[in-house]
Amino acid sequence: MNTSKAHAGLRSISTALLYLAVISTSSVVWADGATKPAPTNPVWQEECGSCHIAYPPRFLPAESWQQLMGSLEDHFGTDASIDAGTAATIETFLTRNAKRSKTDTMATDAPLRITEGRWFRREHDEIAAAKWKSAAIGSAANCGACHREADKGSFRERDIKVP
Amino acid sequence: MKQTVFVGGLAALLFAASLARAADPLDAITAAAQADKSFSGFSAARGETLFRTKGKDWSCSTCHTADPRNPGRHTVTGKAIQPMAPVSNPKRLTDPAKVEKWFKRNCGDVFDRECTAREKGDVITWLRSLAR
Ligand code: HEC
Ligand code: HEC
Ligand code: HEC
Repeated sequence: MNTSKAHAGLRSISTALLYLAVISTSSVVWADGATKPAPTNPVWQEECGSCHIAYPPRFLPAESWQQLMGSLEDHFGTDASIDAGTAATIETFLTRNAKRSKTDTMATDAPLRITEGRWFRREHDEIAAAKWKSAAIGSAANCGACHREADKGSFRERDIKVP
Repeated sequence: MKQTVFVGGLAALLFAASLARAADPLDAITAAAQADKSFSGFSAARGETLFRTKGKDWSCSTCHTADPRNPGRHTVTGKAIQPMAPVSNPKRLTDPAKVEKWFKRNCGDVFDRECTAREKGDVITWLRSLAR
């Protein structure tokens, strides 16, 4: 019993540290814009990285992120809702670091899926339709099945290994 | 300027740490369950049954496996999920906000409704009863 209480205490302290880290992360972003490689944010990583990898903001335009953040209670058939404060923090992070141009790469103005964008299909055109549904992959949205460093925001060619 | 932010942050951290006393997720759930006069304690057996009961399309074990001492897998996205039983993963069931958030989401996704306080207490009691 005592150990589980101690864990609860530790957990809350680490939550506090997380929020402290947010304060510093966001000031870095304000200071030098989007020049840093793979911008990150611990609240986003925790909340948007629990059911799938936290999809990097650069893969969708700001309009897409706004729509996604406005409909989390019905998010691709699951409930991903969060409190308003956390949602606002995440939306700010996503829209600040979003894809800049949308018309050249995306099929619609505000697609809700990265995997339906024209850019995505072109980049992955050598992968057969059946491959996406194989047991080891399951879904094109399961980036990490092939991009071994996807959870760290890296999609470099040398980290790709299609199972 | 930087220093002000640092000192402010540190104060916030100490404040949060002082609030962090012993919040067992089961405390609030027990209080809520006791509001029902007929409540006579949680049951690990009922918790186990609920965990394996199929709702619309899924059961809890669809993603967390029938033996939650093992790692699970998100049935749609394929992402790995750490074991749900505290015996395999001591961080589990320690943060009341996290526990409430996921019960709300997952009971909705599985049963299309929220779980009652008794059901949540039953599941937690079962998960905590699992040993090596
Ligand atoms: C409760 C689980 C859950 C949480 C939490 C969650 N998602 Fe999702 N997300 C899903 C599921 C399920 C899919 C559909 C995956 C598929 O079709 O393979 C999805 C898909 C997506 C897609 C489309 C992927 C594609 O096909 O290109 C985006 C973008 C996305 N989520 C963003 C987010 C953001 C942003 C957050 C954080 C605010 C978030 N998700 C949190 C479950 C979740
Ligand atoms: C079935 C395996 C597989 C999955 C799943 C997959 N990819 Fe890829 N991806 C590849 C392969 C293979 C390439 C390399 C194509 C080439 O060589 O031109 C690639 C290329 C890329 C590139 C270009 C990399 C570069 O430096 O040229 C990006 C960016 C990318 N994928 C993002 C994603 C994202 C985001 C997801 C998930 C939403 C995803 N991929 C899911 C296999 C996959
Ligand atoms: C569609 C997949 C899926 C289903 C079905 C599902 N869960 Fe989960 N559950 C998750 C994911 C993803 C997480 C968060 C990831 C993590 O914490 O590792 C989670 C987290 C939790 C947590 C948080 C535990 C903690 O303290 O860290 C609890 C409690 C939980 N689930 C209970 C349930 C119960 C009860 C059911 C059945 C009503 C259920 N889950 C069904 C995917 C699922």
